[in-house]
Amino acid sequence: MSDTDTALPAQSPPVDRAETAKADAAARLSWWRGDGGEGAKRNLGLLATLVVLVVIGVLTRPDLYGDPNWVWGNTLTILKLASVVGVVTVGMTFVIIGGGIDLSVGAIVALAGVWSTTLATQSYGAGGMIFSALTVGLAVGVVNGLLVSYGRLVPFIATLAMLVAARGLAAEISDKQTQVSTSSFINGIATTKVLGIPLLVYILVAVVAAGWVLLNRTTFGRRTVAVGGNPEAARLAGINVRRHTVLLYALSGLCCGIAAVMLTAQATSAQAAMANLYELDAIAAAIIGGTLLSGGRGTIVGSLLGVIIFSTITNLFAINNLSAEAQNMVKGGIIVAAVLVQQVQFRSLTQFLARNRATTT
Amino acid sequence: MTERTERSEGREGMPIRHSMTERTERSEGREGMPDQPRMTERTERSEGMPSMQPEEVEVSTEEEPLVEAPADAVAGEVVLRLTDVVKTFPGVRALDGVQLEVRAGEVHCLLGQNGAGKSTLIKVLAGVHRPDSGEVVWRGEPAAFADPQAAMRAGIATIYQELDLVDDLSVAENAFLGHEPRRLGFVRRGQMARRTRQILARLGHPEIPPGRLVRHLPAAGKQIVSMARALSHEARLIIMDEPSAVLAHDEVGNLFRIIRELTAQGIAVIYISHRMEEIREIGDRVTVLKDGRTTAASLPARDTPTRDLVARMTGRTIEYVFPRRPADDGAGAELLRVDGLTRHGEFADVSLGVRAGEIVGIAGLVGSGRSELLETIFGARRAHAGTVRLDGKALRPGSVGAAVRAGMGMAPEERKSQALLLGEPIYRNVTLATFGRYARLGFTDTGRERAEADRVAASLELRPRDVRRPVRTLSGGNQQKVVVGRWLLGDTRLLLLDEPTRGVDVGARAELYQVIRDLAARGVGVLLVSSEVPEVLGLADRVLVMREGRVVREAPAGELDENTVLDLVMAGSLMEGAPA
Repeated sequence: MSDTDTALPAQSPPVDRAETAKADAAARLSWWRGDGGEGAKRNLGLLATLVVLVVIGVLTRPDLYGDPNWVWGNTLTILKLASVVGVVTVGMTFVIIGGGIDLSVGAIVALAGVWSTTLATQSYGAGGMIFSALTVGLAVGVVNGLLVSYGRLVPFIATLAMLVAARGLAAEISDKQTQVSTSSFINGIATTKVLGIPLLVYILVAVVAAGWVLLNRTTFGRRTVAVGGNPEAARLAGINVRRHTVLLYALSGLCCGIAAVMLTAQATSAQAAMANLYELDAIAAAIIGGTLLSGGRGTIVGSLLGVIIFSTITNLFAINNLSAEAQNMVKGGIIVAAVLVQQVQFRSLTQFLARNRATTT
Repeated sequence: MTERTERSEGREGMPIRHSMTERTERSEGREGMPDQPRMTERTERSEGMPSMQPEEVEVSTEEEPLVEAPADAVAGEVVLRLTDVVKTFPGVRALDGVQLEVRAGEVHCLLGQNGAGKSTLIKVLAGVHRPDSGEVVWRGEPAAFADPQAAMRAGIATIYQELDLVDDLSVAENAFLGHEPRRLGFVRRGQMARRTRQILARLGHPEIPPGRLVRHLPAAGKQIVSMARALSHEARLIIMDEPSAVLAHDEVGNLFRIIRELTAQGIAVIYISHRMEEIREIGDRVTVLKDGRTTAASLPARDTPTRDLVARMTGRTIEYVFPRRPADDGAGAELLRVDGLTRHGEFADVSLGVRAGEIVGIAGLVGSGRSELLETIFGARRAHAGTVRLDGKALRPGSVGAAVRAGMGMAPEERKSQALLLGEPIYRNVTLATFGRYARLGFTDTGRERAEADRVAASLELRPRDVRRPVRTLSGGNQQKVVVGRWLLGDTRLLLLDEPTRGVDVGARAELYQVIRDLAARGVGVLLVSSEVPEVLGLADRVLVMREGRVVREAPAGELDENTVLDLVMAGSLMEGAPA
């Protein structure tokens, strides 16, 4: 391409060499996003953050980190902690990239958990419980999607209403009681280890992998980016934006259904108040992971790292015997810091473009 | 088109000649490229092509000297004088030497086609843009307004076409927005309402209650509030950007009455309108802009013949070169048939047809319903009446998906907001409508997509060619190529183009014209909308003229000339220019 570039001057502001080099470098970094490369760079930053958190752990509790067995066990604890929210976050990431937001995820997890542990459902065995949890999640997600796309409700409002309604329904079904799961298969999901690693972590990895493929390698993912990045352009390119919006919320609901099974297994029970404030954790993790709240940009790997960073912080406070209140303050600070960093990146980019423009005219 | 070519060739010996040779040589340097068989052809064609640098094309100044009217048309003192004002944006020289003189108490009309620089000029005066060079003298002193507030304080108020009022504030709150009378930080609501009432009375509208929410006012009422805001600033100059566009016919008379009262108080008004009869009625003097420069300054508004004004508006300063039409009428069977298409308030009873291999152009101003028509044909808007048929098969109304599957493509008017994913790579933008076709079982084939996009990029001479780069980094012309290129993939048989060359520089324009003509040669039907009349006339085989939502004329492009179309496009009272 350099041949043609030098042979014929572009009539309008050409892009300078430095930026070409930058774009090429970014393209080389792009193996885990598939394309673009910007996401990959951000993810490296998240990895660095994670490393810093671990170093803090090592410095504050050198006694514990001296024991390799403890380190391995603690790593699994962190991943297990991240697994349920992680699954929810994958669905949330799709919704946010698609230009929406889902505030009802915690409530859907609760409703799906309660529904799958009623005596009637449990009589169908573990298969029936899993099936009902996934179906309930999917159905609620579809309702969300219909409200947003065909009902033209603002996503914030539609899913806020669903949050209230779903928790209400969960309380109604469970009669505000804790419903104990008697299925040893379900309860075993939380305790089973394969090759020394908890099954929950495998489920997280499977969902993340599926989400990554879906976002980066399928037409569904491509449509998601288009619909969130510029809905009008997507529509005028012949993409059915409304149908796709429904599918996005349905996907989020399905992830909540999976999370409901995992959470029920962990607690060996379900109740209407479970998965409280999961929506905030999932949104925060996605945002920290570099997903643009206005849609059109985001990565699954970034979201996963966001979730792991959060659970590492929780773990850090636990091993230092610090209070959960202080923990939340730090989490809040991290969210603000992450967004500020993104803004700085964005500003420097626009400044760069402005300079580029100034020099070429 | 022969006529135009001759004209530009007749300009040999101009500085333009030099750069043309240079360009030809440069292009020849590319001939060895194996993947570009069209290159040689293009080089030959570029004989008639204007230089790639816009500033070298300013050939008209000697031929058409600036007209200056006798200065005593209006008696008031000069309040505003602009000398050689220049403002450039990336790739565009929006203002290229504007002269303007406005006197106290006059209505100074600004005339010019779309893209002539009127909007930029207004924004310079309103403090939104700062000029790159040139002098702005406001009430005897050189002025450089740092921001819109500064211009307001200096006494220049602007009433934009889309009124910048806050719908959910009251009339008084809007009038005094940003400079509310206050004491100790509290707004003095009583005083504000009283002063608003005074101003409204001065505007002849004491019946508008200051406490009424602006949302509940009709368009004319909102305009009054905008003017009230201007007067609340003690404005000495009020700029009105097409104020009559939002008004019904009888409300225009009222607007004129108010303007006369304002000017009687010594306030100067800059009045922008496309409607010639309004300029005749309300204007004192006229300044005409063309391609960012003043082509006629301060002509008497009532006596200057329309012919002169139109000539000043359209007088060619840039020659576009359009590809030659095929000698034989290669158009095939009818592809698109539109019958009685209607959307209330936008356009009514439009019927038209496009044959395979034919370029049909729609000329019309903004607001004539042309873009809405195009979007309705494409299914992006739902028609209230009428049918759209492609190959004789009726399309499902209001479904873009159905239109695309049937073989339609559209390059919408607003590139950035309607067509592009700016942060995404070029190839993903090119394949936005077709990535599903390259996918297997829902899995995208990025390698194939990139190859296809590469092919399109090569055939459109996209610069830079690397399709992995974000579209954001491309120039306007190249972004437009991406939008058009999207429909070169797949089997698009009818292409709808809405203002395909807006914000595109001269060189890229010529290339786009060639692309469109090549498409037609391959049998694609093209329906083109443009507010630039020469573009429609030069490119299209057949032309439809739209005004106020209706097709007022349909003819082969050869039978129309620019002035005729302009007359048709503007007020109907200008029929003197119609062909015998």
